[in-house]
Amino acid sequence: MMPYAFREALTAFRRTPLLTMLSVVAIGFSLFVVGLFGLTAYNIRRAIEKVEEKVEVVGYLTDDALPEQILVATQEIRGLPEVAAVRPVSKIEAMANARETMEEFRDVSTDLESNPFPASLEVSLKPGSRTPTAVARVAKHLKAYPFVEDVRYGRDWLDKIYLIRQILGGAASIIGGAFALVAAIVIATAVRIAVFARREEISIMRLVGATDGFIRKPFLLEGLITGFVGGILSAVLTYVAFRVLDSTMFRIEWIPGRWVLGVVAAGTAFGFLSSAAAVRRHLRAV
Amino acid sequence: MIKLTSVHKEYPRSGPALRDVSLHVRKGELVFLTGHSGAGKSTILRLVQMADFPTAGEVRVSGFSSKTVRPRDIPQLRRKLGVVFQDFRLLRDRTAEDNVAFALEVTGAKRAGIAQRVNRLLGQVGLSHKAQAFPDELSGGERQRVAVARALANDPFVLLADEPTGNLDEWAARGVFDLFKEINAMGMTVLMATHDLDLVRAHPEYRVVELSQGEIVYDSASTLEGQRSRAE
Ligand SMILES: Nc1ncnc2c1ncn2[C@@H]1O[C@H](COP(=O)(O)OP(=O)(O)O)[C@@H](O)[C@H]1O
Ligand SMILES: [Mg+2]
Repeated sequence: MMPYAFREALTAFRRTPLLTMLSVVAIGFSLFVVGLFGLTAYNIRRAIEKVEEKVEVVGYLTDDALPEQILVATQEIRGLPEVAAVRPVSKIEAMANARETMEEFRDVSTDLESNPFPASLEVSLKPGSRTPTAVARVAKHLKAYPFVEDVRYGRDWLDKIYLIRQILGGAASIIGGAFALVAAIVIATAVRIAVFARREEISIMRLVGATDGFIRKPFLLEGLITGFVGGILSAVLTYVAFRVLDSTMFRIEWIPGRWVLGVVAAGTAFGFLSSAAAVRRHLRAV
Repeated sequence: MIKLTSVHKEYPRSGPALRDVSLHVRKGELVFLTGHSGAGKSTILRLVQMADFPTAGEVRVSGFSSKTVRPRDIPQLRRKLGVVFQDFRLLRDRTAEDNVAFALEVTGAKRAGIAQRVNRLLGQVGLSHKAQAFPDELSGGERQRVAVARALANDPFVLLADEPTGNLDEWAARGVFDLFKEINAMGMTVLMATHDLDLVRAHPEYRVVELSQGEIVYDSASTLEGQRSRAE
């Protein structure tokens, strides 16, 4: 024989299957939004990481920069805490690189006098310092040298990605929160109907001396199971979305297993807490 | 045991339901609580179960006092009380034996002993052969016997009955009351509210307490004069 609370929780599913399904779907959808955000955020993060490995600040030098000046600047910049390495690139190297990577420069003569490519200092940053602020600081340092003509880095681009991530996070919180509210209301309704359907039983339980904890247990268990199934549903929906996006739009990566567990755990906790709150309120009325 | 001391009970809109009620039910007694409808019989039984509390005065039941009892102690008290009602209050979707087992399951009795105990209880009320029947398949008298079996499930020290024969024909009523007598003869205290005066008159050997408009107007265990002098 199953323990009483578990048996009763299952009976509740059987009594109001539609409402139970609705609770599961509501939790599933609210966490699906969270899951989608997780998927997006994770892939943006991976993309940023990959780009960040290549984050470089390049200072282009005027043609009259003296070799000693360049050497001093190289050492000074190398001394900055954010900087991993500084590589001086000469005009000749710059032209060679350009010819190698860009077809249209193949035929340009190697004549130094007419070499249009400036010499530069390529500054790469330490892993922890590949943020917009660190990049901006290094850029400012470079710019301070009179022989540094121009500084380039992917600042705008980096800022935009961070902004997009923040907007997505905000949108996901709002949409997810709205769905969670709906889920809480549906669960509260389910609990109210379940309490009402069982009010006779509950009053007899009180009569013969069942504790409140015992009376609550089936409802809490039901909430727990509903939340767990809702969490699983959201994980499945997120996975389906991942497969669809991955095969039709762009190659993306699946979120780490820990995140999936987190979503399921969140659903379980949410179902439990929503029922606990509702059961508290409604049992008082029986 | 059960002791009410100068109990007043007032409901918000309907005025006083009990006035200065003092009543002591001793171990092993069978007490009829009589009086017209609305006299306050059910109110007394509710106060004893601590389903409600007096406006003034004190109700003491087996070591619990209405003045000091904490909500979380009440389930413990309820397990020491067996209660039956006029309307039986059985669960229609459970068999007789499941209805009795319910009282044991929900108070956390050990699973192993339940089936055996339920058998014995149904035997005690003479319904072993109807263990598998649903309430709708039982007569009124049989339903009340199932309710009595359930009331006795947790080994209470007292059986509280609120008009237990109110919905029964005379034959069934007599059968159920005979069961109460048996249970009482085995040492169980019984406090039974009833307005079935024929039943009360037929059993002069038991104590009768009569209520009228919330006051005790007669107690066969003490004289009316005794009641008055105590009140002074
Ligand atoms: N829950 C309640 N709310 C308001 N008044 C009540 C309530 N229960 C009982 N009463 C009133 O208390 C008085 C006594 O009722 P009750 O104890 O049920 O009488 P009896 O059981 O003797 O018929 C009645 O006047 C009744 O209207
Ligand atoms: Mg009554």
